[in-house]
Amino acid sequence: MCLAIPGKVLSIDQGGTPLMADVSFGGISKKVCLEWLPDVREGEYVIVHVGFAISKVDEEEALETLRLFQEIGDFEEGDMKPPDGPAPKDGE
Amino acid sequence: MRFVDEYRDKDSAARFADLLQRITTRPWTIMEICGGQTHTIVKYGIESLLPPAITLVHGPGCPVCVTPLEMIDKAIAIASQPDVILTSFGDMLRVPGSQKDLLTVKAEMGNVRMVYSPLDALKIAQENPKKRVVFFGVGFETTAPANAMAVWQARRMGVKNFSLLCSHVLVPPAMEAILSSPSNHVQGFLAAGHVCAIMGYEEYIPLASRYAIPIVVTGFEPLDLLQGIAMTVKQLEEGRHEVENQYTRAVRKEGNVRARRLLQEVFTVSDRAWRGIGIIPSSGFELREEYAAFDAARVFEVGTIAAQESPLCIAGQILQGWKKPYDCSAFGHQCTPEHPLGAPMVSSEGSCAAYYHYRRRQGTPAATP
Amino acid sequence: MTKPPPVDFGAGLNCPIPLTDYPSVLLAHGGGGRLTQQLIQKMFVSQFANEVLEPLHDGAVFALDGANLAFSTDSYVVDPVFFPGGDIGALAVNGTVNDLAMCGARPVHLSAGFIIEEGLPMNDLWRIVVSMHNAAQEAGVRIVTGDTKVVEKGKGDRIFINTSGIGTILPGIKIHPRNARPGDKILVNGPIAVHGIAIMSVREGLGFDSAIESDTAPLNGIVATLLAAGEKVHVLRDPTRGGVASSLNEIAESSHVGILLTEESIPLTEEVRGACELLGLDPLYVANEGKFLAFVSPEGADDILARMREHPLGRNAAVIGEVTAGHPGTVLMKSRIGGTRVVDMLSGEQLPRIC
Repeated sequence: MCLAIPGKVLSIDQGGTPLMADVSFGGISKKVCLEWLPDVREGEYVIVHVGFAISKVDEEEALETLRLFQEIGDFEEGDMKPPDGPAPKDGE
Repeated sequence: MRFVDEYRDKDSAARFADLLQRITTRPWTIMEICGGQTHTIVKYGIESLLPPAITLVHGPGCPVCVTPLEMIDKAIAIASQPDVILTSFGDMLRVPGSQKDLLTVKAEMGNVRMVYSPLDALKIAQENPKKRVVFFGVGFETTAPANAMAVWQARRMGVKNFSLLCSHVLVPPAMEAILSSPSNHVQGFLAAGHVCAIMGYEEYIPLASRYAIPIVVTGFEPLDLLQGIAMTVKQLEEGRHEVENQYTRAVRKEGNVRARRLLQEVFTVSDRAWRGIGIIPSSGFELREEYAAFDAARVFEVGTIAAQESPLCIAGQILQGWKKPYDCSAFGHQCTPEHPLGAPMVSSEGSCAAYYHYRRRQGTPAATP
Repeated sequence: MTKPPPVDFGAGLNCPIPLTDYPSVLLAHGGGGRLTQQLIQKMFVSQFANEVLEPLHDGAVFALDGANLAFSTDSYVVDPVFFPGGDIGALAVNGTVNDLAMCGARPVHLSAGFIIEEGLPMNDLWRIVVSMHNAAQEAGVRIVTGDTKVVEKGKGDRIFINTSGIGTILPGIKIHPRNARPGDKILVNGPIAVHGIAIMSVREGLGFDSAIESDTAPLNGIVATLLAAGEKVHVLRDPTRGGVASSLNEIAESSHVGILLTEESIPLTEEVRGACELLGLDPLYVANEGKFLAFVSPEGADDILARMREHPLGRNAAVIGEVTAGHPGTVLMKSRIGGTRVVDMLSGEQLPRIC
């Protein structure tokens, strides 16, 4: 279950129900339902599953994860667990 | 592709492989319970990067594989009615029912259509007012809200010819069923990242505690899997059993609150039969009474269907991680993707299909770097 | 000549495909993968049995009165009939031209047979015919004979086209699926999976917005530049249905060799990648049109790659793998992150997935 991939929000169709947006995936785009992430803005990335945005990509966390990949050698001394994210906002 | 390619980096993968060699001192058995993760593991040959002491087991994480035979037979019976258009995700079309699969019905009658999203199915219903359009809604908690939305929209817009044939299953009860079994030898779990993107991971905390087992919420790219495995092994080596989140860029502890609210509005939790495993209490979703008019199971009278499984198929044992596909006497002989005996050989991330396509024979090249 | 005795199918015992398994033909039998192979082997080859047919290359290659000829046929049933970058007419011409080119032949003449469904707008037919004329001109071939049938509405899916073609093979050219040798490099002339995704982008229920256009094109021109390298070119194949993976598996089996691919060297455009990721499709199994695979001797590989890149249809040509002596009949791929997996033959149609 769970084929879901990150896509970039290009334009949001304001005022529709459910809330829809054009989201691009490496150059192709598709209409995606944004109803569960109403605070997402154009230019941000969302994870899309069967035409629905299920989560917003937290870019800071994404970079933090990548940074940890680089530091894998230091793993044994430090803690592998990524730090807790920022306080959750409603709807995310 | 951004947020995809970076998580497929070769050098980082090699570093993880090194790390795992160093920190693993004992044999550990880790289960992932998501078809998408099975797919990645097999497709990228991740097992060949792990030290031999780590055994990865694939759980019943493929909703296609665990959809009960009766449900598929029901979908086929519904699709066989001339005024019906049955819409479905691609995954379900090749899974065998007692007699045939939906692809065969498509070939015979032409009224089965593949869609990408449940909203496409709703659109087909609006465009074909004289037909009864049924959406075969399978999936775990990741897909349930999308299916819920289709039904919710249908009700709101009065699309009376649309209904949902619902076959939803939930992950935590399945994990509990596996952990509480006397035959269980799973020592750590990778939790399905996208399920948790919806549901959050609070419900795993009591499980981790009760069964003293580490659970790491993990993503789907190869580096996510490697990091998730490394975090699990580290906990096991240190004797910890906590819930940790590897997939921090997409998963928050409380999940997606709006999606969860929609789930509660449209669905109610019910007992569900899992193909090959049996009934797991409170492990599925059913449409609420207010949505009865959109419940295909109630709308269509298809009578009792006596479903018959192949006696050779050991899917249940494979789905619970007790056996590997090549332990099955029919694997590669009577049971192949061309004529599958059970669901795991058909679904593209079913264990048996994955082993058949990507490894073929036990001990083949997956072990060679 | 005496008539052969009638074959008795009464008991179904003589039918080579077990009726209990497949009492009727499925769409998957046309998918280009294992089921198609099974149908061809058990039904057609077993009945038609002869040494010209047996290699099952893209075309039949034979000598006739001193001339080396190639002869090929292909039928086009694509839906939709008009799609981004082309139409069924262009496919029909290019398809047969390419099959002949894959035999190392210079395509000369084509035939065109039409089965048209009653009700097809005359304008659509005209568009298709003009398209075929243009494609034939581009390929440097002529359509010299044909046939037309019209079937009742509901019995035809708009239009089916069959093209057959004949070409000449220069002496010394021996291109054959059995000729792959350990050490051979495997080249492709550009990014894969384009055609299949272009079709998918306009398919009901799965469509998406993109600028992807089918890469249908006649390959005889670019192949001619390779043939100048003579014996160094061992196998040519255009991976249509079933994708690159199916073609490679067929060749591995015919030549009884192993193949090792390197995932990161397989060219893919960003858009095609995006579409494949979105729908859960593996590009190795998606249909191609204006693309071909070339198995060439290792000494000739650099030179041949350079020649390909000089041609407009080969600007992004790349080496995607090599032939090995180990694991004969099996295609392996080293993944981007270092692990290795088997690249199996497709079973039926590859379908988009949600899992």
